[in-house]
Amino acid sequence: MIVVENLHKSFGNVKAVQGVSFRAEDGRITGLLGPNGAGKSTTLRALYTVLKPDSGTAIIDGINVVDDSLAARARIGTLPHGAGLYPHLTARENITYYAKLYAMTPERIAARVQQVIDDLDIGDFADRRTKGFSQGQRTKVALARSLVHQPQNIILDEPSNGLDVMATRALRELIRELKAAGKCVLFSSHVMQEVAALCDEIVIISSGKVAMQDTPEGIRNATGCDDLEEAFVKAIDIVEVEA
Amino acid sequence: MKTIRTVFMKEIVDNFRDRRTLMSALLLGPLFGPILFAFVINLSVKQSLENRDEALELPVVGAEHAPNLMRFLESNNINIAEGPTTRDAAIDAVSLGNQDVVIVIPANFGENLANMIPATVEVITDQANRQAERESRRATRALSAYSQEIAAMRLTVRGVNPQVMRPLNIDEVDVSTPSGRSAILLGMLSYFFIFALLSGGMNLAIDATAGERERGSLEPLLCLPVTRDHLIFGKILAACFFMAISLSLSLTCFHFVLKFMPLQELGMTPNFGPSVVALAFLLLVPFALVGASLMTLVASFTKSFKEAQTWVSVVLLAPTMPILVVSILMVRPSTALMFIPSLSQHLLLVGLIKNEPLNILHVLVSVSGTLVIGAALTWVCARLYRREGLLG
Repeated sequence: MIVVENLHKSFGNVKAVQGVSFRAEDGRITGLLGPNGAGKSTTLRALYTVLKPDSGTAIIDGINVVDDSLAARARIGTLPHGAGLYPHLTARENITYYAKLYAMTPERIAARVQQVIDDLDIGDFADRRTKGFSQGQRTKVALARSLVHQPQNIILDEPSNGLDVMATRALRELIRELKAAGKCVLFSSHVMQEVAALCDEIVIISSGKVAMQDTPEGIRNATGCDDLEEAFVKAIDIVEVEA
Repeated sequence: MKTIRTVFMKEIVDNFRDRRTLMSALLLGPLFGPILFAFVINLSVKQSLENRDEALELPVVGAEHAPNLMRFLESNNINIAEGPTTRDAAIDAVSLGNQDVVIVIPANFGENLANMIPATVEVITDQANRQAERESRRATRALSAYSQEIAAMRLTVRGVNPQVMRPLNIDEVDVSTPSGRSAILLGMLSYFFIFALLSGGMNLAIDATAGERERGSLEPLLCLPVTRDHLIFGKILAACFFMAISLSLSLTCFHFVLKFMPLQELGMTPNFGPSVVALAFLLLVPFALVGASLMTLVASFTKSFKEAQTWVSVVLLAPTMPILVVSILMVRPSTALMFIPSLSQHLLLVGLIKNEPLNILHVLVSVSGTLVIGAALTWVCARLYRREGLLG
């Protein structure tokens, strides 16, 4: 479970995130929705402790990311924006490298690496060097790499970027499986349809603030819009008027 | 420790598969020095041998005015050659570069000689031309020898011992050993070795920050439950490993190249056997830590791989500065100088090649001083790796 509490982060004069709070429960898919530059990536980066918040914090399974970032990082699997692989290593070696850095035992590494390769259906190209992989193949390997240690919390930053229809469907299927396994899945997107198709809970972020957090149903009701896209635009308008 | 080892091993495997790293670490760095060196040595051997043995072809204007002088020159391995026939033509020929040196003997040469008036002989040459300078020196030396011979004869005729004209007997005693003489030339070896060493780890040092960032693999790496210090230590150690490979290849290469070079002809017997190669490796390898951390440090400030390459290339030149200064000032090794990385390695290596006994204190100061500076630079790298701005 991820709890974000009043997160603030500025870069120079730019206030990227100003007081973001939300919860992402286990066994649910939470979508972080917002236009480009709304502060989604900054929020996620603070969560997986690459950035240190100016104030506020996030609690992952009861561990404060600011106080004990190492323990917090062990509880999450992340797919950062445009996650890159090592082109001279095979897909399997890329995944194994991460497994080793997660300090897993050799027996567990052997079992788990094969498991994620099967789960993500990358067996066909698992032993090829990743140089020249398609975007879809690369995303699958990067995802396998972040799931190899069986994290309870999974954070994905715009995972469907650059994926074709088939790859996107496979990704959605995987996210649903993670949910079914009782994991906490948090992902960001600026694509309305994707969030609508997947999420149990939507957090709409605009100009570094949470405009709304609710179920898709709740958001439709609150904004009085049947269409989620209309609701999205309306929710963002509310924040921008306040600002 | 385990994290460092994991990162280290991954970098080794990764880079052994990277053609760019292999090119610079195993080919370019180690071969560049020996090939350039062999080229320079062969050229200078060829030139000095040619000059020593070959007769100088010397055109003389007005040779008919001094038949005795001509015979003297010929006995001194100088052939009187065909050439310009007037003084003006001789000046033209030399200034155009058609001739290097031309001697002009005026018509009154014999008359002046007979009347004991100093007889003029002109040596026309272009001092800006190095080849001509050497030839004119040979011609001038032969002419002065002839002049002295005549002076001695004149004195003898008057019953004076010609020795009165030689109050001093100047005798140069050259104490340089053949190995010592070679050290001047072989001194530039140390730079080749340091160059090979640095180029071996260059790609790894850049990859630790700029490369990982550009590939997009830095952010997921930093999300792992490992401290950034361990990541950077593993990477710097891997760079050191490649530098050590590069250095040992370069030393081995030189060992074989020197065997096939006509160094004896230059009066040099470089001391570069297998034991010297091994010792040189041990003396030079501590510099890898300084090189790897310095390059990583420089690369961490850059935005892209390309930009990093530009700046890191500057690091390739940096170690030459102290070597250059010391070579110009002809400084003798001292304990204080042993604290300066690259310079201390250079001085120790030159001593080694000269076959001088190793100064244990100097070796200790050089090795520990270099390692301490390398460790300090590594610490700075780790500090920089902790910055948020690292992700760019």
